[in-house]
Amino acid sequence: MTERRFFDEMALQGGDPRVPYADYARWFSNEDPKSLLKKSAEAETFFRRIGITFNVYGQKDADERLIPFDIVPRIISASEWRVLEKGIDQRVRALNAFLADIYNKQEILKAGRLPEHIISRNAAFLPQMIGMTPPGGVYTHIVGTDLVRTGENEFYVLEDNARTPSGVSYMLENRETMLQMFPELFTKMKVRPVSSYPAELRRSLGECAPPNFDGTKPAVAVLTPGIHNSAYFEHSFLADHMGAELVEASDLRVVDGRVQMRTTRGYKALDVIYRRVDDEYLDPLTFNPDSLLGVPGIMDAYRAGNITIANAPGTGIADDKALYSYMPDIVEFYTGEKAILQNVPTWRCSEEESLKYVLDNLADLVVKEVHGSGGYGMLVGPAASKKELKAFEAKLRARPDNYVAQPTLALSTVPIMTKAGLAPRHVDLRPFVLVSPKRVHITAGGLTRVALKEGSLVVNSSQGGGTKDTWVLGD
Amino acid sequence: MRLNITHKTTYSYDRPVHYALLQLRMTPRSAAGQKVLNWSTTLEGATSQVTYDDHFRNVTELIEMDAGSSAVSITCQGEVEVENLNGVIGMGTGLAPLWLFLQQTPATVPGPTIRKIAQQVKKATEASQLDGMHQLSGAIADAVTYRTGMTLSTTPAEDAASEGQGVCQDHAQIMIAAARHLGLPARYVSGYLLMDEVVDQEASHAWAEVWIEGLGWVGFDVSNAVCPDDRYVRVALGRDYGEAAPVHGLRQGNATEELCVSLQVQQ
Repeated sequence: MTERRFFDEMALQGGDPRVPYADYARWFSNEDPKSLLKKSAEAETFFRRIGITFNVYGQKDADERLIPFDIVPRIISASEWRVLEKGIDQRVRALNAFLADIYNKQEILKAGRLPEHIISRNAAFLPQMIGMTPPGGVYTHIVGTDLVRTGENEFYVLEDNARTPSGVSYMLENRETMLQMFPELFTKMKVRPVSSYPAELRRSLGECAPPNFDGTKPAVAVLTPGIHNSAYFEHSFLADHMGAELVEASDLRVVDGRVQMRTTRGYKALDVIYRRVDDEYLDPLTFNPDSLLGVPGIMDAYRAGNITIANAPGTGIADDKALYSYMPDIVEFYTGEKAILQNVPTWRCSEEESLKYVLDNLADLVVKEVHGSGGYGMLVGPAASKKELKAFEAKLRARPDNYVAQPTLALSTVPIMTKAGLAPRHVDLRPFVLVSPKRVHITAGGLTRVALKEGSLVVNSSQGGGTKDTWVLGD
Repeated sequence: MRLNITHKTTYSYDRPVHYALLQLRMTPRSAAGQKVLNWSTTLEGATSQVTYDDHFRNVTELIEMDAGSSAVSITCQGEVEVENLNGVIGMGTGLAPLWLFLQQTPATVPGPTIRKIAQQVKKATEASQLDGMHQLSGAIADAVTYRTGMTLSTTPAEDAASEGQGVCQDHAQIMIAAARHLGLPARYVSGYLLMDEVVDQEASHAWAEVWIEGLGWVGFDVSNAVCPDDRYVRVALGRDYGEAAPVHGLRQGNATEELCVSLQVQQ
């Protein structure tokens, strides 16, 4: 790989810390690196004890793995955050307006601003949602907007994750760990808290309850596929921390037209279900008849307006990477404003000229599957061998419309703690966004993922990435 | 014409059923060419859960079989005033986009037989979509003999076409498959038909609708070689039989099911 200069979020080129990191750098210089390394090892024990692990798909020997945690925080200034917040708010509102439009009048297609095939060939388009307005008009109740940074004022949205963003439990546990290990740092620096996320989630979901819910406090439950799911820890964590029930499909049934939960004292009606079960498995009566993870009739109750499903079925169309390339137009179409956050330039390989460009420049590009996620099935050109490039070229030629390509972004770095001291590693950021009819709430912080391997640009935990605590500073 | 319809569907089981849900699409709606004067659905052995309009605006009712019962019956009764539109339902599309009706479903994916039938009318369709579809309807009736008991409700269009026999459901799905293959949006309609000198019918009826440029949706009843007129009542529509089926259910356990239908359509 050729020598490239990456934006270092902690230090200026002369070596002085950037302003947001000034207090931290001062503190760090007075610490003994050995004791910090020891704390780093303690953090791992802490995570093992509380049981944050995740399952990796497609690896038979590593059922459960710990996501490595790095003790150097990623720090964002108040003014930087304000811009991100504004941009995310705009983008999430546009996404909801877009989903409402696609499942109703499809004005954006009629206006010619989005080609019809982007929707008609989108595997996540759910005909059963046509004409359906979810309670409160909200489709994406929980969004995780993936951002990357390439310079002082350069942020890009990498993915919108409108379907089922995961990882919020890591945001919370990372902070908890940092508070326990470095309490003095939090007295020195004004770090905005993230601990209210579960309460905010509970409030936000409650505000999306169907209009006819009985009582003053909507009943909320988290629907999990079960303990074998890779994110089961997060499902139980969130249910626990927001004071909601954790349920599996077998606990639920449609009774008197409402989705109800079995309890020792009979059935109890639910108002809002935060489901972590995919659309296809959600209802064996309407979707996959073989699904044991879903609730028969839940879609009927939903269309009748008796339950809120978060996120709404069919929101996955917004996670399609071909659709992503139209996000600047989508934001403009629904908000009448230019997008505040930039989109990464994206070549749609379905288009002949783009495909030619991509094939000619494969070694410099990142190529992703249109419906892929988690860093699976993607090519990072600069890191690929000649043989890998050749193999990918064949895949591209065979199914061009399955791929999009993007330039290899010069992702910013934040140092991690290594035996040899601080060493820069590439990062991204996933802030967590809650949407209700009343407001868009963005937790000041998020999940910073870090590529632990030197030079690596792939931050996904399934590909050996780690996490950091993310600090948004107060004014 | 005013049609009086009584339709009783009974499912009986050889042992009590613990849990079963049924989605009913059995209530016609007032629309182009038809006005529902009155309509009622009565359940025995089951309880209504919710009623709503589905994604094709079909009136849909979810019912649950009463736990432990071994039979459920659904009786629909009503009167509908029907007008003869010569099959032309018109441009009203609802919210479902036309492109949705261009997409084949697993039940309508054409194979060699359907592609061959479609090929016969390709030229005619290019010259005039309406003429082409009339010819297609005739070609399907010639190729696939109406015969009951040869196909199931789950038989895909191509299987029925290659067997060369089937019922109105198969005719409709073959018509849909071929029309889509030729690039015309098509959909499945389930409903009722007043038959000449027959009061007691064995099953409800089904036909196809194809989107013809300039006319909108036009009905084609392959089995009777006509476009639906004032003897036809449209009840539900979908991309294939499965989406428009009068009853779609899910049941726990392995009880053996027996279906009994009693249907009268009269003036």
